[in-house]
Amino acid sequence: MRAVALTVNGMRHELEVEPRDLLVHVLRERLSLTGTNVGCDTSSCGACTVLLDGQSVKSCTVLAVQADGASIKTIEGLAVNGELHPVQQAFHDHHALQCGYCTPGMVMAAVSLIENGEATDRDAIRSGLEGNLCRCTGYHNIVEAVAAAAGVAS
Amino acid sequence: MSTTETRHIGAPLKRKEDDSLLRGRGTYVDNIDLPGTVVMAVVRSPYAHARIGSIDTAAARAAEGVVAVFTGADLRDDWKAAMPCAWPVTEDMKSPEHFPLAVSEAHFQGDGVAVVIADTRAHAVDAAELVEVDYEPLDVIVDVEAAAQEGATLVHEELGTNVSYVWKLETGTFEDGADVVVKHTYVQPPLIPNAIEPRGVVARPEPGGDVTLWSATQVPHILRVLTAATLGMSETKLRVIAPDVGGGFGSKLDVYAEELLAVALARRLGTPVKWVEERSENALATIHGRDFVTTLELAATKDGKITSLRADVVASMGAYLQLVTPGIPLLGAWIYAGPYAIPNYSVTFTGVFTNTTPTDAYRGAGRPEATYVLERTMDLLAKELGIDRVELRRMNFITEFPATIASGLTIDNGDYHASLEKLLEHLGHDELEAEQQARRDRGDVKQLGIGFSTYNEMCGLAPSRILGAIRYAAGGWETATIRCLPTGTFQVVTGTSPHGQGHETAWSQIVADQLGCDPSEVEVLHGDTSISPYGLDTYGSRSLPVGGAALWTAGEKIIEKAREIVAHQLEVSADDLDYDAGTFTVKGSPDKEMTVKGAAWAAFAAHNLPDGMEPVLEATATYDPPNFSWPGGAHAAVVEVDTETGDARLIRYVAIDDVGTVVNPLIVDGQVHGGITQGIATALYEEAIYDEDGNLSNGTLATYLVPSAAELPSYELDRTESKATDQPFGAKGVGETGTIAAAPAVINAVIDALAHLGVTDIQMPATPERVWRAIEEAKS
Repeated sequence: MRAVALTVNGMRHELEVEPRDLLVHVLRERLSLTGTNVGCDTSSCGACTVLLDGQSVKSCTVLAVQADGASIKTIEGLAVNGELHPVQQAFHDHHALQCGYCTPGMVMAAVSLIENGEATDRDAIRSGLEGNLCRCTGYHNIVEAVAAAAGVAS
Repeated sequence: MSTTETRHIGAPLKRKEDDSLLRGRGTYVDNIDLPGTVVMAVVRSPYAHARIGSIDTAAARAAEGVVAVFTGADLRDDWKAAMPCAWPVTEDMKSPEHFPLAVSEAHFQGDGVAVVIADTRAHAVDAAELVEVDYEPLDVIVDVEAAAQEGATLVHEELGTNVSYVWKLETGTFEDGADVVVKHTYVQPPLIPNAIEPRGVVARPEPGGDVTLWSATQVPHILRVLTAATLGMSETKLRVIAPDVGGGFGSKLDVYAEELLAVALARRLGTPVKWVEERSENALATIHGRDFVTTLELAATKDGKITSLRADVVASMGAYLQLVTPGIPLLGAWIYAGPYAIPNYSVTFTGVFTNTTPTDAYRGAGRPEATYVLERTMDLLAKELGIDRVELRRMNFITEFPATIASGLTIDNGDYHASLEKLLEHLGHDELEAEQQARRDRGDVKQLGIGFSTYNEMCGLAPSRILGAIRYAAGGWETATIRCLPTGTFQVVTGTSPHGQGHETAWSQIVADQLGCDPSEVEVLHGDTSISPYGLDTYGSRSLPVGGAALWTAGEKIIEKAREIVAHQLEVSADDLDYDAGTFTVKGSPDKEMTVKGAAWAAFAAHNLPDGMEPVLEATATYDPPNFSWPGGAHAAVVEVDTETGDARLIRYVAIDDVGTVVNPLIVDGQVHGGITQGIATALYEEAIYDEDGNLSNGTLATYLVPSAAELPSYELDRTESKATDQPFGAKGVGETGTIAAAPAVINAVIDALAHLGVTDIQMPATPERVWRAIEEAKS
């Protein structure tokens, strides 16, 4: 077991983890932050996307020990005082979710894309979300939501 | 129909479901963490066909955290019946023995042979690796056409054949001597549905031998009945809950081994048992779709009037018959002629076993397979006749409704011309053709292709009498309950079971219009057999056409009882009351009025009700649809094909659909977007690839190409509207339309892009290699 310190959504946690424990499993099973979903076992679907020191990562591809000392933001930490984050609000306004399973990862990936200034037009949004799969929406409304949140003209 | 001002039906109301999902508060099965839970891992056959010899579980039992290990033989007596197949399509249909764990022989790669139960998922998965199974590999057959031949390797030796059934529908004689006959054979490969949430179950034993089962399922009601039957339990002992479910697309319309195992083991072990599928496990152990080889023939006069259709379909069942496996091809059997009036009709289906994952319902289920071969052949026929492909479609459309079609069913309403003309307008057809010609003239590397698909489909499953006539085991009705609560709010219980579709929002809109309230004042309950004792769940685009009709009918009952209450309270005759959008007014005295909400309070207080009337205002309706639902429309795909690399890229997609009355256009468009995308994926990207030993060689999301946003364009949608006349408020199904229409539009476009090079056929999916080879072959 290894001792790690993770700051998740602003709260510091000190934990003993197995070297093989993935960040996503620690978030879900140790910290009960089940908003981050697992959709595959090959880092392909992006359902588990979180922000690690501000950058989007697939938390199934990060060992918990690698995140030692890092600051992590999950979907649960996005709303402020109960108010949806502008990306969450845009997903609601544009019907950019159906079953909702890919949504937390998709929203976190979109937040990162916008914060990095990469959501410059619809094509850039599409390329930027390539690592996040959705089976329900066909991406049309996800692209519209991210474009709206990023201030890209319709 | 009640007169109702529609303020909410038709409005783009943002979804009620979104808030919890957007905040990461979904209740998916994997998020359920009950005290004392043990975790199950399934040991699966690595061979597609093998005799199971001895199984040594000693090392697994001794591993850290392991609670128990069970083999198929250990659990054989837990099953009082075989795994259920609810659709024996013929009297003599052949079906192999099928239990949740194989006992003597594994028949596909991924067939479960043992389970390990441990304290954590990691321990269970680790220990599963330690179970030593002595397999004797047997010969394997994967190809569905080869499997149908006499003398083929047998999937199930004891059946003596791979053919499960042959089913025919013939209502005319094919005119072999017609002016023109075109015939072509199409391969539609197996597809992996890939809902982003894998399957998962938690079974908790309750006092007195009861069990609560949470499952990522589309069908909690069906699952309850059939799990109880398979385990020999009383139905009353089992409660099934479908919490938030992360997509299904038909793949969660089943009764799976792991659901039965979890319930059986929770009873044996006396503690909650959990299992969550890994993605690579999903590729093997969750049903596949399609896997058809179809020969379609059309006969026509030289003027382009189609006179006969004959389809010969060989459909893979996979290794076993799951819940509705044999019936899937039949769901398309009545619509091989699509929106066209074709008098002579003949279809034959041969269901065949192969050593592959069982097939079952995947979005569209039988209807995409029908539409694909028809729309491809329409283009072939147009070419053969020298008639424009759009004109050929126009010339053969059914135009008068209700229309009894050659296959014997009646389409209540539609307007195929309207959809097609609107499509051509949106598409800018003439400009596109000019652009295509210019690129051809210049010999551009990237050529442009335009493909069409005009379609209809039958959904809204289904009239119970018809289901009975085609040997389906259950009915096709649906239920709804409306409770008018004393505070002026409404509680709705539906027997449908949404998993992303937005029923809570849409059902609220319907009640709001019919009974006069705001959608926020309606609570919609679903997905729990203890809340809704009757229901037939969600699949086959049935929830709105059938479940919505049940809701509407319950609303009418509420209005009728409220009318009696209001008449009594206002001291007028019930006949003297007008009703609109929740308010009764007295004819001639419009200032005298009372609302349904007011009637609800009066019924709750019960101080002043008509003699003999029961207190409270509540109604339940069970609605059996008189007909299927018949959406239709016209779609077009525009592709750019790189003639050097073979890369085919979709650049535009235009869809005009007629789904009758639209309750919520946001939701309807979302359904069409998602449906189209799965059809496009079928055409360009997706295929479950087995090697000759039956190994699934692309069973991960790294190798099975579910498209991302980067591969797709934004879509251009519009609608025409011919209201369903066999549905109380005119709605038709929408969940499968896009998938049904899209694949042929895209492939027709790819072929169109290369037609001037002599390419006439490309098999789905049109991968760069297949496209490149087609170009090279056309050259030589």
